[in-house]
Amino acid sequence: MVDTLVFLVAAAVCLTGALGVILARNPVHSALMLVMTLFGIAVQFVAQEAHFLAAVQVIVYAGAIVVLFLFVIMLLGVDRAQNLELSLLPAQRWAALAFGSGSLVVLGALIVAVGEPVTGAPSMGGSAAGGENVRLLARSLFSDHVYAFELTSLLLVVAVIGAVVLARKPTQSETPVPEERGDS
Amino acid sequence: MTGDPLYFDGVDLTDVGIMLIKVLVAFTFLLVATMFMVWFERKLISDMQNRIGPNVAGPWGLLQTFADGVKFFFKEDLRPENADPLVFRLAPYISAVTAFLSFAVVPIGGSFGGGDSGTVTIFGRETFLQVADPPIGILLLLAMSSIAVYGVMLAGWASGSKYPLIGSVRASAQAISYEAALGMATVVVVILAGTLSTHGIVAAQSGGITRWFLISSGIVPFVVFLIAATAELNRPPFDLVEAEQELVGGFHTEYSSIRFALFFLAEFMNVITMSAIMVTLFFGGPAGPILFGMTWFWPTVWFLLKVLAFLFVFVWFRATLPRLRYDQLMHLGWKLLIPLILFWLMFISLKELRATYDWNWIATYGAAIVALATGASLLLAALRAGDRAYREEMEDA
Repeated sequence: MVDTLVFLVAAAVCLTGALGVILARNPVHSALMLVMTLFGIAVQFVAQEAHFLAAVQVIVYAGAIVVLFLFVIMLLGVDRAQNLELSLLPAQRWAALAFGSGSLVVLGALIVAVGEPVTGAPSMGGSAAGGENVRLLARSLFSDHVYAFELTSLLLVVAVIGAVVLARKPTQSETPVPEERGDS
Repeated sequence: MTGDPLYFDGVDLTDVGIMLIKVLVAFTFLLVATMFMVWFERKLISDMQNRIGPNVAGPWGLLQTFADGVKFFFKEDLRPENADPLVFRLAPYISAVTAFLSFAVVPIGGSFGGGDSGTVTIFGRETFLQVADPPIGILLLLAMSSIAVYGVMLAGWASGSKYPLIGSVRASAQAISYEAALGMATVVVVILAGTLSTHGIVAAQSGGITRWFLISSGIVPFVVFLIAATAELNRPPFDLVEAEQELVGGFHTEYSSIRFALFFLAEFMNVITMSAIMVTLFFGGPAGPILFGMTWFWPTVWFLLKVLAFLFVFVWFRATLPRLRYDQLMHLGWKLLIPLILFWLMFISLKELRATYDWNWIATYGAAIVALATGASLLLAALRAGDRAYREEMEDA
């Protein structure tokens, strides 16, 4: 009974947040709604006794990624409500509607057709593992999935290097700085 | 079986009652402790600066904070015209709630040595002296400190005014930078304890001072944690967030009345929580000799004394150290603390692995020294190149 109640409340929070992300006119409000969705998902994880995933969900997604979103929104000064009609591509609304409902149908069909473990491998944590949740997760991450894990970290390093290269200011020997930009 | 023994055989009304009492005691303790912390800080700083400090309200000015709190309630609650009404109201609560929640995982008592498992008996039920002992334990603290950033960030943005915005942007950049060092210093402790649970971490340190992680982790993680924690708390010398000379009051410039009081409360509460966490991670939590009788009483006394020592250290920092410049802050965080704790983390992991699998001493440490030296020299070269580029840029400006 309690499980169902927790699921319903958390699911309602998730969906409200998700709707808020696309309906809010102000980008900062959208980002906050995203945080709400992430919290709802974290509660779902806790209800499944995947405590570690819940904590990581909050630390990484809510605590780092959305903070960076907000950071960029504030620094770029796009933090006021905008008229989105101006930047609409032709037929964008219809395409979005078709794509959204299409993925909903595909996902629904997948759940009905495949049965329970939609995500592929059966859950590593969960109630079966009990308190040993973290240990099991670590063991599987660093043994069975070690290549995927290391490749992901490599990907992140490449992304960081790419960002640094893009953000780097060319030194004077490479390109002369124009006079009017000499204030930096 | 891990976790609080209170919940092992079902939950009945007594268990719920004990839980409520624990929550209430922790809540009241934090509020009262915050009140005295403010007084303690003002009095101590005035002593260090040859002033008298608050001395009018109550004996030795003890009731000064209480008077200030009452005053806050009766002040007008201003909201700037450009403010975002909803977020402006929301931000102080985020700060206050996260400050309260982090304290829930701190074990504040219970005897751990000599076969005791740190439980006390209340109303005939065995339980831990902490509000909650979730399996993720210390991760809850990291999660809450990363959520606390929202309070500051949203407060600054929602005020719709430039100084708070600059203050909040500084605050979030600072918090994100030092969270990495803070997290890795915690990981060292987690590796040594073999558990994330705060109760387990304290239990792993029972049995004498040499078992405290301060010593068995080699002091470096503690020093890194202390510096990173000071930065996370936005305490001097890392209080660029509210540098008066540059930013008026920082993120809370536009706040008044009880909303400002909530920020103020959260800030001081976080200082207490961080001190308690440091005691838990590195100083054996409530560990200490049980002098006579009452085994449940002495651990709590030792715990409170250790926390008080850290509160003193934080005030001492404020009275002695000048504020860092912004680039110095970033250099310290990214170029010194993070590499240092990263190397230390690898070293400690290797030490633990060697002990577990009984590897050869010379081969293990020989390989480790070669690998770490290569890494260190690469890093130093990179830092040097970065510094040179930075200095050239500064000279050009």
